[in-house]
Amino acid sequence: MKVELRGITKRFPGVVACDGVDLSVESGEVHALLGENGAGKSTLMNVLFGLYRADEGEILLEDRPLVARSPADAIAAGVGMVHQHFMLVPVFTVAENVMLGVEPTGRLGRIDRGEARRRVAELSDRYGLAVDPDATVEDLAVGVQQRVEILKALYRDAQCLILDEPTAVLTPPEIAELMDIVRQLADGGRSIIFITHKLREVASVADRITVLRGGRVVGETTPAEADEQALATMMVGHEVQLVVDKEPASPGEPVLEVTDLVVADDRRQPVVNGVSFDVRAGEILALAGVQGNGQSELVEAICGMRTPASGTLRLLGEDVGGASPAHLFGAGLAHVPEDRQRYGLIGSMPVSSNLVLNQVRDAPFARGLRLDRRAVRRHAADLVEQFDVRTPSVDVAVATLSGGNQQKVIIAREFFHAEHLLVLSQPTRGLDVGSIQYIHRQVVAKRDEGVAVLLNSSELDEVLALADRIAVIYRGRIVGVVDRADANRELIGLLMAGAVERAAEVEPVEEEEVTVT
Amino acid sequence: MSTATDAPPQPPAEPPEVTEGGPPGDSAGSRALAWLAAVGNALVIPVLALVTALAVGGLIIVFTDPDTLDEWGSFFGDPLGALAASWNVVYDSYHALWESSLGSPQAIGRTLVEATPLALAGLSVALAFRAGLFNIGAAGQLVIGATCAGWVGFTWDLPSAIHIPLAVLAGFAGGAAWGSIAGVLKARTGAHEVITTIMLNYISYRLLDYALRSEAFQPAGRDDLISKGVAESARLPEITVGEVRVHAGLLLAIAAAVIVWWLLDRSTVGFRLRSVGANPHASRYAGMSVGAMYALAMLLAGGLAGLAGTVNILGRPSFALTGGYYAFLGFDAIAVALLGRAHPVGVLGAAFLFGVLRSGSTGMQAATSTPVDIIVVIQALIILFVAAPALVRSLYHIKAGRGTGQTFTTGWGA
Repeated sequence: MKVELRGITKRFPGVVACDGVDLSVESGEVHALLGENGAGKSTLMNVLFGLYRADEGEILLEDRPLVARSPADAIAAGVGMVHQHFMLVPVFTVAENVMLGVEPTGRLGRIDRGEARRRVAELSDRYGLAVDPDATVEDLAVGVQQRVEILKALYRDAQCLILDEPTAVLTPPEIAELMDIVRQLADGGRSIIFITHKLREVASVADRITVLRGGRVVGETTPAEADEQALATMMVGHEVQLVVDKEPASPGEPVLEVTDLVVADDRRQPVVNGVSFDVRAGEILALAGVQGNGQSELVEAICGMRTPASGTLRLLGEDVGGASPAHLFGAGLAHVPEDRQRYGLIGSMPVSSNLVLNQVRDAPFARGLRLDRRAVRRHAADLVEQFDVRTPSVDVAVATLSGGNQQKVIIAREFFHAEHLLVLSQPTRGLDVGSIQYIHRQVVAKRDEGVAVLLNSSELDEVLALADRIAVIYRGRIVGVVDRADANRELIGLLMAGAVERAAEVEPVEEEEVTVT
Repeated sequence: MSTATDAPPQPPAEPPEVTEGGPPGDSAGSRALAWLAAVGNALVIPVLALVTALAVGGLIIVFTDPDTLDEWGSFFGDPLGALAASWNVVYDSYHALWESSLGSPQAIGRTLVEATPLALAGLSVALAFRAGLFNIGAAGQLVIGATCAGWVGFTWDLPSAIHIPLAVLAGFAGGAAWGSIAGVLKARTGAHEVITTIMLNYISYRLLDYALRSEAFQPAGRDDLISKGVAESARLPEITVGEVRVHAGLLLAIAAAVIVWWLLDRSTVGFRLRSVGANPHASRYAGMSVGAMYALAMLLAGGLAGLAGTVNILGRPSFALTGGYYAFLGFDAIAVALLGRAHPVGVLGAAFLFGVLRSGSTGMQAATSTPVDIIVVIQALIILFVAAPALVRSLYHIKAGRGTGQTFTTGWGA
């Protein structure tokens, strides 16, 4: 289906999120919508999907104007959207999720489950989605859940499919599968709008690319015309250095030693199964893995947020298994948490308060019982300048900052006191290229000061850019520790997907035979 | 401590974000302006809620007054008469309300005496709320506080200089201990403070009943639920400014508001209380003990509510404990904290307003046929409108402010 957006303008109080955006997508085309966070991609798509109404401009589907007052109107007109966060009922089956809201009904309003199952199976077969209609959604891998979302759109006969950052949660092989599916759908005559900020994906899947920056279209191009460097420059507005400059590491003594660690999740299921590794002073060890393979729980255990079921954790030789976050902080650990809104910041409090969150009881901020607000503000002003946090003042609530600047607030606070060990969990997830670049340079600078860095990241690009050694975690076990020099995208990707297991060659503690499952 | 110092030069221009990259330092003048704007912003909803509640209250007065309703019965014969009668009954009622609460020095004194315990109990709810706790237990805490203070007041015989502070301290300690039960339960077991404080309220009422039947409390020769009177030496001294007569509890309430403000906004303890209240997860990550903060918040909140009970028993003319009365005060405290937006100064203002409504209501009933219950309805309407700011905004076509302050109605914690 041919989709045309003409002169779409959407204003929010104080911001113009989309400023006269034109976008046209032919049927059978995969159109990448590329832009940093806050560039207006999501706003534009929410306008198309009927979640927002544009202040100006019009939408044409097959040259007929669409007035979408709600997603229901957009769906009826043939627009489907797969959101970044899936909207599925975990305890329902695939077929039930797909038919939800448009249930085929028999006499007396009885739901015709058989009919739904049949159509789901048929669609799944036709597009090679390989989804079992009777599987319960919560039992499915993330990649399969995403295909259920795609099925939902197809079931509603979507002729234009919007995919919002679809690869964020996928393993490299799953990404490849998704690309095949997207290609196949486009070949069947559907138009696909693929929202992303990852340059590599654009090159591999898109027919055409529209780049947004600051709510405006800054260019329309094709992968053949523009390489990654050119796209990055368009997206950010200035030259970007895609590679992180760093000298080879000169590792010192082990700072963090993890031995046979077992950690259970909230449901008391062991999700980290006897993990051993160490991180030395002056090196970056990347913990690579697809989300949900136990790395979150592992990091929580290291940072004192979760008590290990067994095994030992040593920080500078001291046993810190089950130690409190306050104790670990005193021992020189700094941590940038994965869920920054929940664990990293207090959104309603000002930037200045968030910058001293873990030091309020220490000099120079505490004077007896009194909080020295001048000292707090002065410290905050220093850090804001040093870490280039873009904020109107240190007194505004931190929640009003953009995602990248919120993360810089956490980075500033944690890096300031990172004396021995710095644990970073998904430090650049969802951030724009400029912020990523900046944070990466800071991480390397910390390493060069002799701090041990543990980087937990599911972004392969990030792991390869920063790591000195890479430990790959799969289903709660370290399936390989690889020197950066020996690592490549394919090997790490395969390890992350659990396709091969590989005994580590670097770690003495890892010498025992690793069994293949 | 080391810092990454070699921050590389940053790109000169970034796409316009929601927040412009202004200089991080700003002048005291602009901060003062921002403060004024914030205060104005915070006042808009409560003031409009009050105005709306009075307007709706006026309508109710019209429609519950039999004489005025008669006039409306002959509306088509004499439309102006009906309107005039309506205006008169509303005007008379509100005028009487004003006269008997603020119209004379004596009335102002009565109003302030009414407002005093409300302010202290309101501070209790507000402080707990800032720490993320919904203290429904002010009622129970002030009952226990009053019981302890009263017992010290009528059992011992000491010089005033010792007796009064001791009784006040006993009231604070009693309330603090009672509040701590809920706080420690929350900290240790995660028991929700809304449930535990409600249940502790019931227990405290029955404890008071029990105490009032005991020999230690009951005056000789009486078997109704009333305690002995507090000894002269333990009564709060009267303070007279011109013809306005109040008792020293008012000073205690103002002092408590200042201390609570300082504690919350200027101290490291308050910083941690507010952090835990706003985001317990991040606070724990930052090395704070969330449980200790909950326990401390409930201890202080209980103490403040205890003081509310204390000033009542040591300051009001009957100087005796009775059954039942205090529950009312405990629930008004929640309303006062809500109307005052959980800020100490706001709580003082809200307590004063509620004091006006309470002390004026009896005068209003005496002067007109408007029943006291109208005042309860108006109080409830104020809270309703404050709790539903979206409703008030749409009534007056106000756009939502950026920083909408404390939202009480979603404050059920995690």
